[in-house]
Amino acid sequence: MIKVEDVHKSFGDEEILKGITTEFDKGKTNLIIGQSGSGKTVLLKCLLGLFRPEQGRIYYEDKAIQDMDDEEQRKLREEIGMLFQGGALFDSMNIEENVMFPLRMFTKQKKADMLERVNEVLKRVNLENVNKKFPAEISGGMQKRVSIARAIVNKPKFLFCDEPNSGLDPKTATLIDTLIQEITHEYDITTVVVTHDMNSVMEIGEKVVLLKHGKLVWQGTNQEIFKTDNDDVTNFVYSSDLFKKIRDVQLKEG
Amino acid sequence: MKYLRDIGSYFLMIKKVFGSFTKTSVLKHLIFKEIDDLIIDSLGIVAFISFFVGGVVSIQTALNMDNPLIPKSLIGFATRQSVILEFAPTFISIIMAGKVGSFITSSIGSMRVTEQIDALEVMGINSLNYLVFPKIVSLMFYPFVIVISMFLGIMGGWVAGVYGGFSSSSDFVAGLQESFIPYHLFYAFFKTYVFSFILATVPSWQGYYMKGGALEVGKASTNSFVWTSVLIIAANYIITQLLLSS
Repeated sequence: MIKVEDVHKSFGDEEILKGITTEFDKGKTNLIIGQSGSGKTVLLKCLLGLFRPEQGRIYYEDKAIQDMDDEEQRKLREEIGMLFQGGALFDSMNIEENVMFPLRMFTKQKKADMLERVNEVLKRVNLENVNKKFPAEISGGMQKRVSIARAIVNKPKFLFCDEPNSGLDPKTATLIDTLIQEITHEYDITTVVVTHDMNSVMEIGEKVVLLKHGKLVWQGTNQEIFKTDNDDVTNFVYSSDLFKKIRDVQLKEG
Repeated sequence: MKYLRDIGSYFLMIKKVFGSFTKTSVLKHLIFKEIDDLIIDSLGIVAFISFFVGGVVSIQTALNMDNPLIPKSLIGFATRQSVILEFAPTFISIIMAGKVGSFITSSIGSMRVTEQIDALEVMGINSLNYLVFPKIVSLMFYPFVIVISMFLGIMGGWVAGVYGGFSSSSDFVAGLQESFIPYHLFYAFFKTYVFSFILATVPSWQGYYMKGGALEVGKASTNSFVWTSVLIIAANYIITQLLLSS
């Protein structure tokens, strides 16, 4: 579990996060949603320790990241898997080397054992026979899956995903979302996904946190989204005609 | 003010490069890769340029010797001095600022743009140590490139001087041996080491702290060449003043 308590973050005179307080539950896919500029990515970077909040605390399980010394923070990061928007695979390494990278850096396993684990996670994300290919030689969807494989290869406790299905066609986007949710349940990890894709919210939003202008304006499950009359939620969700129609159907069905 | 900030950020980067080391087995692999990319891959262009510029120095010296009282051995002497003191260490370093410097900036810059550096940081890896330290170590082998450049430059001078009919082989070789001061080699290699540090760190700084997209990677590579060259020329002047003027 990750607990966020009254987090404030500014850049210069501009306050980006204005006192965010929430919890991200273990074994669930927790979504941070909001319009561009709402502070989603800044919150994510604060969670990852890449940005240091001026005020407030972020707890990983029971310990605040602010109270950790460098060694404890380094150890914590070994327990974190991250899926970047563009995949962030290392261009100079092939797929096998990319996925093996966290194992090479943080474990003392033999190469054969590492290779076995790499093949296991590649199979888990439905990728086989791509080991020797380079990132530029595979599609965007496959790159995302390799990135997921790299994120989970060292059995993390926390998984962070930044816009995991941006730039993907709807079918592949659904596949990636489903994969993230399955892995979250399978490994019983705390997953935090930053997105503005309403399809993702509906498919995997076991807990949804809505940010607006740096403030948390609503939180709940994806099912509760249809029932709430919070203006910020309705303005964000029903900016799409499709979702307006879905809501009407849901309301009719009670 | 911006320059002061940049200078500060450059020295802070150097400090971070030597903090929190990457796993030794991984570093070893990275260093060999960098030696291949930065040193071995540069040998061809360095050999080509050194041989022909050495030849040109020899021909220019010969063509400017109007007075029959000046011995022909001066051609060998002038070629040796030009190549060892300036051409090989300084001129080749400027060329390397273009070749190796642009490569370093664009490769690190691309990693910044595509979030690969963020990925390293999130994993708890000191990205500066991981990316820059192997480059500094691999460029410690840069003096070997300069040795090859010196040898081929003088060889080019000999070929152009002798086969161009400007000097006999014995005169040229006599010139090479004339008034040789071993301290000049120390001076040449001392400044080569200084240049190698500049070649590894300034382009890395340009790439690491760049902001923006693909266009900015190109701009950073250009800036990297300009600043690396400027610093090499400035360092050359200061080192020459300190080591040779007394």
